[in-house]
Amino acid sequence: MEVFVQQLINGITLGSIYGLIAIGYTMVFGIIGMVNFAHGDVFMVSAFIALVALLLVTTWIGIASVTLALLIVLLVAMTLTSVVNWTIERFAYRPLRGSFRLAPLISAIGMSIFLSNFVQVAQGPRVKSIPPIVSGEFVLFGGETYPVTLSAKQLIIWVVTAVLLAAFWYVVAKTSLGRAQRACEQDRKMAALLGIDVDRTISITFIMGAALAAVAGTLYLMYYGVISFADGFTPGVKAFTAAVLGGIGSLPGAVIGGLLIGLIETFWSAYFTTDYKDVAAFSILAITLVFLPQGILGRPDVEKV
Amino acid sequence: MPGEAQAARLDFARALKDAALATAVSFAMFLPLIGFNTVLNLRNETVLETRFGTLAVFVAIIAAATFLNTLVLAPWRARRAQRAVSREPGKISQWLSRRFAPFALGFVLIYPALVLSLTGSSGALKWIDNFGIQILIYVMLAFGLNIVVGLAGLLDLGYVAFYAVGAYSYALLAKTFGLSFYMLLPLAGILAAFWGILLGFPVLRLRGDYLAIVTLAFGEIIRLVLVNWIPVTNGYAGISGVPRPTFFGIPFTAGDDGFAAVFGLPFSPIYRTIFLYYLILALALLTAYVTLRLRRLPVGRAWEALREDEIACRALGINTTSTKLTAFATGAMFGGFAGSFFAARQGFISPDSFTFMESATIVAMVVLGGMGSQIGVAIAAVAMVGGTEILRELDFLKEIFGPDFDPTQYRMLLFGFAMVVIMIWKPRGLVSTREPSVFLKERKLISRDLVKEGHG
Repeated sequence: MEVFVQQLINGITLGSIYGLIAIGYTMVFGIIGMVNFAHGDVFMVSAFIALVALLLVTTWIGIASVTLALLIVLLVAMTLTSVVNWTIERFAYRPLRGSFRLAPLISAIGMSIFLSNFVQVAQGPRVKSIPPIVSGEFVLFGGETYPVTLSAKQLIIWVVTAVLLAAFWYVVAKTSLGRAQRACEQDRKMAALLGIDVDRTISITFIMGAALAAVAGTLYLMYYGVISFADGFTPGVKAFTAAVLGGIGSLPGAVIGGLLIGLIETFWSAYFTTDYKDVAAFSILAITLVFLPQGILGRPDVEKV
Repeated sequence: MPGEAQAARLDFARALKDAALATAVSFAMFLPLIGFNTVLNLRNETVLETRFGTLAVFVAIIAAATFLNTLVLAPWRARRAQRAVSREPGKISQWLSRRFAPFALGFVLIYPALVLSLTGSSGALKWIDNFGIQILIYVMLAFGLNIVVGLAGLLDLGYVAFYAVGAYSYALLAKTFGLSFYMLLPLAGILAAFWGILLGFPVLRLRGDYLAIVTLAFGEIIRLVLVNWIPVTNGYAGISGVPRPTFFGIPFTAGDDGFAAVFGLPFSPIYRTIFLYYLILALALLTAYVTLRLRRLPVGRAWEALREDEIACRALGINTTSTKLTAFATGAMFGGFAGSFFAARQGFISPDSFTFMESATIVAMVVLGGMGSQIGVAIAAVAMVGGTEILRELDFLKEIFGPDFDPTQYRMLLFGFAMVVIMIWKPRGLVSTREPSVFLKERKLISRDLVKEGHG
C-alpha cells in the first residue's frame, strides 16, 4: 500500500512533465497535421535556458528568495523558448507548408539533430548539474518503516502544471485566439477565407507549445537537477506516445495520456524492472496505434476519397 | 508599369527592418546558449562563463544574412517563381538520369586503383575504408530503404532495426557455430526479412506519420533489447572478435595459408580492405539491380501504385496487405545483408551503432535523394556521409580558427542543418523527376512539377 501510494505520487509528477510536453505535439499536429519531431529537443533547449537563467539569478544577481528566483527562471525560459520555437517554425516549417507530406517531417528531424548538436557544441557534452534548490517534504502517512512522502518539488510541479493547464484551457476554449486555432484545425482554407490570419495563428500555436515545453524543462531541471544535450529524444518520444495515447489533437487527451505514461513507467520500474521501462513505453505506443489509433479521447480519422 | 519598377528596386527600408528583427530575435535566442557557457569548476559546481564576443559575431552574421536575403535573394526567387511551370524536366536532371550512371559506375569500379596510385598503400587504406566502404554501406542501406519509402511510400523510421538484426545474426552465429560469412550472409538477410514481416503485420493498417512513429518505436525496442539482454548480446559492451570474411576460404592473415602468401604477395592489410570494398560494392549493385528489376514486375508496380494512391489501389483489386509486407520484407532483407557485412567488416558490434540517428540518416538520404530515384539516393548518400567524413580531414581550418578548433565536432550539427536547408531548397529531393516503368511508345521523364505524392 505504502509503495503503491508513493509510486502513484512519483508517477503523477513524471506524468505532469510528459503531459506538458505532449500538449506541444498534439496542438501542432492538430493544426498543421505534422509530427513536430524537434519538440523534444525544444524541451531540452528550454531546460538549458532555465539552467543558465537560474545560475544568473542565484549567483550573479543574488536573489535569495527561492520562489522569486524560480518564477523569474520560469518566465525567462518560457519567453526565450517561445522565441526559439517561433524561429524554428518560421525558418524550417513555414516554407514547406503545402509541400508534400514528408517534407516537414524530414525538416523537423533535421532540426532535432541540429538542436541537440548545437547544444552539445555550445555547452559541451557533459551532464550539467545544479545543487538542489527546493528541499523539504511532507510525510503523508506510513510512519517509521516506509513513510509515504510528497516532496516540495513534487508539490510545485503539481501546482504549476494544474495552474498552467487551467490558464491554457481558458485560452483555447474561451478566447478569440483559441477560436481561431480551432477553426484552422478544422479547415485552414475556410478559416483564411473568413479573415483569420492562418500564419499568425500557427505561429502562436508553436509559441504556446514552446512555452509549455519550457515549463516542463524548468520543472524537469528543478526535479532531477541534471540536464544534458541528449536528454531531449527520450522524453520527446514518450510525450509523443502520451499525445497519441490520449488521442492526438485533443488537449485533455494529451494530459491524460501524459499521466498514464508517467504512471505506467513508474509502476513498471517499481514492480518489474527498470531495464525495460522504455521498452514498456514504446510497446504501449505501438499497441495503442495498432488497436486504438484514435486514442482515448480522439476522433476517429474518417477518410474521404 | 510603376508597380513593377517599385518591386524591382532594392527595398532598403524593408531589408533594414528585417535585419533589425533578426538581430533582436537571434540575440534573444543565442544569449543563454552562446552568450553564456556552463562549466564545472574545480569544486565540481556548475558556474557561468561569458562569451559575449562570440555572441556578437553570431548575431552580426545572422543580421547580415537576413539583410541580404530580403534585399537580393527574396526578390530574385519571387521573379523565378513567376515563370511558368515547365512540363519538361530540366537539362541537368535529364542528363543525370541518362548519362550519369555509367560514369559513376566506372568511377566506383576503378576507385581503389585510383586511390592506390595517388596516395600509395598506407594512405589509401584510410580513403578506401573511411570513404569507400563507409559510403557504400550507407548507399546499400539507402537502396534497401528506398524500396520501402521510395517505391511503396511507407515511411519507416526504424530501418536500422533490420540492420541490427543482420549484424547480430552474423556475429552470434559466426562466433557460436563457426559458420562462414558466405553462408551467413543469405541467412542474415532471411532472418531480417522475417523480422520485417513480423513488424510489418501489426502496422499494416497505419499510414503516414503514424506508421513512421510505430516503426520508430520498433527500432528503439530492438535496440533496447540488444542493450538489456546481456546474456546473449553482452549489452553495451557489444560483441568483439567477430570473424572476418575470407577470400572465398583464404583468410587475410600474415600466415602461410593467408591471402598474401598464397598469391605470392608481400603481406599488407590493404588487400582485405580492397576485397571488402568490392564485396560491399557488389552487394550495393545487387540491391540496385534487384530494385530495378522488381519495379517492372507486378509487385513493383503495385508498390508504386500504393505510393501514389492506396484507395485507388484497393479499388483495383490489389492486395494491399501482401504488397506492403513484401515491401517491408524485401527492404529488411537488404538491411540484413548490409548489417552482416557491417559486422564482418568491423569485427565488433554494439548497440551504439544502431541508434535512431542512423535510421534518420538513412531516411534523410532517401528523401533528399528524391524518393525512388536510385541515382539521387546514391548521390545523397555520398554527399551526406562523404561530406561529414571529409570534415575530419580539414586540418587547414585549425590554422584559421586556432589549434583548439575541431571540425569533427560540427559534423552532426552541419548534417542536421543541411537536412533542413536541402528540404527547403528542394522539398522533393535532388533528383525529383520520375522515370515511368511502363510507357507508351516513348520513354519520357516526368517533371517534378507533375509528380503528385500519395498519402501512404
